[in-house]
Amino acid sequence: MNQVNNFTKGFLKENPILVLLLGACPTLAVTSSAVNGLGMGLATTFVLFMSNVFISMIKGFVPDKVRIPAFIVVIASFVTIVDLLMQGYTPALSKQLGIFIPLIVVNCIVLGRAEAFAAKNNVLSSMIDGLGMGLGFTMALVILGGIREILGAGSIFGFKFIAESADGILVFILAPGAFITLGFLIAILKKINKSS
Amino acid sequence: MEYIIIIISAIFVNNIVLAQFLGICPFLGVSNKTETAFGMGASVLFVMTLATIVTFLVHTYVLIPLNLAYLQTISFILIIAALVQMLEIILKKVSPTLYQALGIFLPLITTNCAVLGVAILVFQKNFGLTESVVFAVSSAIGFTLALVIFSGIREQLALADVPKGMKGIPIALVTAGILALAFMGFAGLV
Repeated sequence: MNQVNNFTKGFLKENPILVLLLGACPTLAVTSSAVNGLGMGLATTFVLFMSNVFISMIKGFVPDKVRIPAFIVVIASFVTIVDLLMQGYTPALSKQLGIFIPLIVVNCIVLGRAEAFAAKNNVLSSMIDGLGMGLGFTMALVILGGIREILGAGSIFGFKFIAESADGILVFILAPGAFITLGFLIAILKKINKSS
Repeated sequence: MEYIIIIISAIFVNNIVLAQFLGICPFLGVSNKTETAFGMGASVLFVMTLATIVTFLVHTYVLIPLNLAYLQTISFILIIAALVQMLEIILKKVSPTLYQALGIFLPLITTNCAVLGVAILVFQKNFGLTESVVFAVSSAIGFTLALVIFSGIREQLALADVPKGMKGIPIALVTAGILALAFMGFAGLV
């Protein structure tokens, strides 16, 4: 039961973006479409999962004073792995996400979970926590990207449902739409969390 | 001429916060007061310029000759973290007044993605050393500009009657969206 809670808390109660507001930069930057949101979310989930597992394994050997630099090196290594893998296997997506893949290193969620969870808990809990948080992050990105894509381009996952010649409300796929949509999403989730 | 284009483009057209979404955390976190916004902006200017110079030199003269370009991310983040630490120690010794003013912001800057972002962006844009420095300085000015304007609005917003569900972060984000909309007016300038 405890582990189930551990897994599901990342979706609503402690959703990294919508509740804790960690990792806002990639959230706003890459969610111009649902597919981009999904790609970024899964890349971050991988890093979060692997670094959580690794850090909870090495937490006993790392002296307390150099804890943070050591964690950053671990995270940066996994980010480099993801970056190289994506350049090799999904070059188009990698190009779309651009510098935001290397920037997963400074995404506060990853270091935040390492410090707040993985450094204190065992490997299994950290694994589940990383996966749950990562998927919660992915979910938020896909929802945000989906809304922006539907309103801004009139399509979802690249499938266009309005007339070929018609345009969406362009502002939603541009920068201002990201801020505004996220603002309203957070307000809605606040309401849901309050009533439940 | 080309430097002027870099400057205008980095400050207004492709503003690092409002158009490129780098450094959103401090943008939302320390923008409650105009005074702190200036302090944060000055610290970022300092660190960003220095970090860009050092990472540029390391990348060009160490990583590339040794065929280690894939270590870019790891080495850059370590350089930035070390630089921030060093800066803190030096400032404390050399200029206590400046340390008082910037001190509390320095540790926050390591995880400011704008610093790492600019360091990586200069290679994507194929800038030389001078261009990189100009780009870093003007990006930091753009960051400060957005932060100061936003903090001014938020000071007013604290007095406004906002619907209950929108209080706090949601209304701040919507405000930032409108600010970004205003900055889009600069598009086409360069």
